[in-house]
Amino acid sequence: MSIILVLGLLLVSPSISVAEESRYGLGLPAGEAAIKAWDIDVNPTGIGLPPGRGTVQQGAIIYENKCAACHGPTGIEGPKDRLIGGQGSLTTAQPIKTIGSYWPYATTLYDYIFRAMPFTAPQSLTSDEVYALVTWLLHQNGIIPKDAVIDARTLPAVTMPNRGGFVSDPRPDVPGH
Amino acid sequence: MNPFDGEMHASSEEGTEQEARVDRRTWLTEVVSLVGVTAAGLITPALLPAEEGASPAPTHVPGRGPSPYGLRTEGETVQRLTTATHSLTPHQSLHGIITPSALHFERHHNGVPSINPDRHRLMIHGLVDRPLTFAMNDLVRFPSVTRTLFIECSGNSGHEWKGPSGKTVQDTHGLMSTSEWTGVPLATVLAESGVKPDASWVLAEGSDAAAMTRSLPLTEVLKDALLCYAQNGEALRPEQGYPLRLVIPGWEGNTCIKWIRRLKLGTAPFMTREETSRYTDLMPDGKSRQFTFVMEAKSVITSPSGGQRIEPGFVEIRGLAWSGLGSVRAVDVSADGGRTWHPTQLQAPVLPRCHTRFRFGWRWNGDETIIQSRCTDETGYVQPTRTALVASRGTNSFYHYNAIHSWKIDQQGNVTNVSV
Repeated sequence: MSIILVLGLLLVSPSISVAEESRYGLGLPAGEAAIKAWDIDVNPTGIGLPPGRGTVQQGAIIYENKCAACHGPTGIEGPKDRLIGGQGSLTTAQPIKTIGSYWPYATTLYDYIFRAMPFTAPQSLTSDEVYALVTWLLHQNGIIPKDAVIDARTLPAVTMPNRGGFVSDPRPDVPGH
Repeated sequence: MNPFDGEMHASSEEGTEQEARVDRRTWLTEVVSLVGVTAAGLITPALLPAEEGASPAPTHVPGRGPSPYGLRTEGETVQRLTTATHSLTPHQSLHGIITPSALHFERHHNGVPSINPDRHRLMIHGLVDRPLTFAMNDLVRFPSVTRTLFIECSGNSGHEWKGPSGKTVQDTHGLMSTSEWTGVPLATVLAESGVKPDASWVLAEGSDAAAMTRSLPLTEVLKDALLCYAQNGEALRPEQGYPLRLVIPGWEGNTCIKWIRRLKLGTAPFMTREETSRYTDLMPDGKSRQFTFVMEAKSVITSPSGGQRIEPGFVEIRGLAWSGLGSVRAVDVSADGGRTWHPTQLQAPVLPRCHTRFRFGWRWNGDETIIQSRCTDETGYVQPTRTALVASRGTNSFYHYNAIHSWKIDQQGNVTNVSV
């Protein structure tokens, strides 16, 4: 047994890199299934978007049933975040930050609605339901036409009105005295 | 029988906060009734104030036994102010730099999750050599680090952009606290997975009902970010991310993802809702600053502060100063609305990216005046005036308000929040 162990070490040692020697050997390999179960994020290029599709009409029904109680019948009334309108308001004394006026990427809508909404039942919507809501919200904001179909291919191609509205941090920008 | 072992104390140990706020007079009366009227009548130390005279001297009554988990004494009722989404630290009532864990501010995006630590896992995947999952038992085995650090919500003092908002320093500056944090460097854990050369951003995700996420630049967080499991010597409080949270020294609090369960490495920011529609800073020209991670130097006088009242004569002006860019180099105080400034005494140790307490002995002559504090950090950055900050950034930028704060003292000694 000890001979086998020694032989094993001799065989393995030369292939261990310096970086690997500095590891502590803790943790377990994460299998594909485990990663898939948790890997819910969607990036601006559309990576992470699942199969599925939605229309404005489908979205209107889901919105009425699952969203209107918090965001208002048309996405404006609240009491929670206003979702519609506000374009042109960002330079005024009363900026209205909505999906249409502020959000730079349409893909973020899918990511956020799936991960965090509805507030009382997050991650309960199917991919078709999320696509439908995204479609309705983009249409209500005047970004896509009424007959648009949103899926993993079309969503990353949507250009949001405030796409160019973000700059990097220039601080320190204010002099002390 | 030890009178302090009686029912009264058992109920206060297990009681609600409301029960805990027993009126001091009531409490003293109950103690007296337990000890007996005769004893109370005999024990009237002449040196104590009249009210105390009715109670037995503690030197004549055996104290109570130990409690398994420490309790506040009766009458000490300082607490956080809470809303549906956050709670505020009562800086007007605290001393030193450590915030008691129970009073550490909190902000969450859909409640405080209840997590079984035995079932909690941290997953690392994406642009890594070996995707891994870690149990809490794995994480505590790594070489550990302990640092005393402030965490400040980027929205701390956010209402002050529009002018004086809250009444007290808890209202205006309660979204910040300091703890001694213990955990494993993020770099140590990422090295275990092996980071691919093209990875430059990492998505950190919580296991709360908001699945809160932030994208973080990898080079920066490899410097000093910690995956923490302990706070002030014990397990994290649930509100602080139990069993595991990220702590990034000097960065806005929301990047310190709580209840963290996933780290995904990629080549670009993931542009989540929290770094697009939230935690971005809208400028007067309609452009928004994004990834404004660092909390710049700031200070505030905590005593005397809004809602308090002072008497003429000696007043020690006390407060907190901090900088997300390093250590506090100096704090100056003005007691005449900013016309003259005086250096203050900094309480050692002065630690980087940590609250620093300052003190300045002052005599108030009874005239109306305004008191202010101004922090300078080790980079030479000087905390700006409100005028300079608003001139540069307007008033639509809810986050990162770090202007010099002003408290007005009127002729009666009442302290109120004002802007100058």
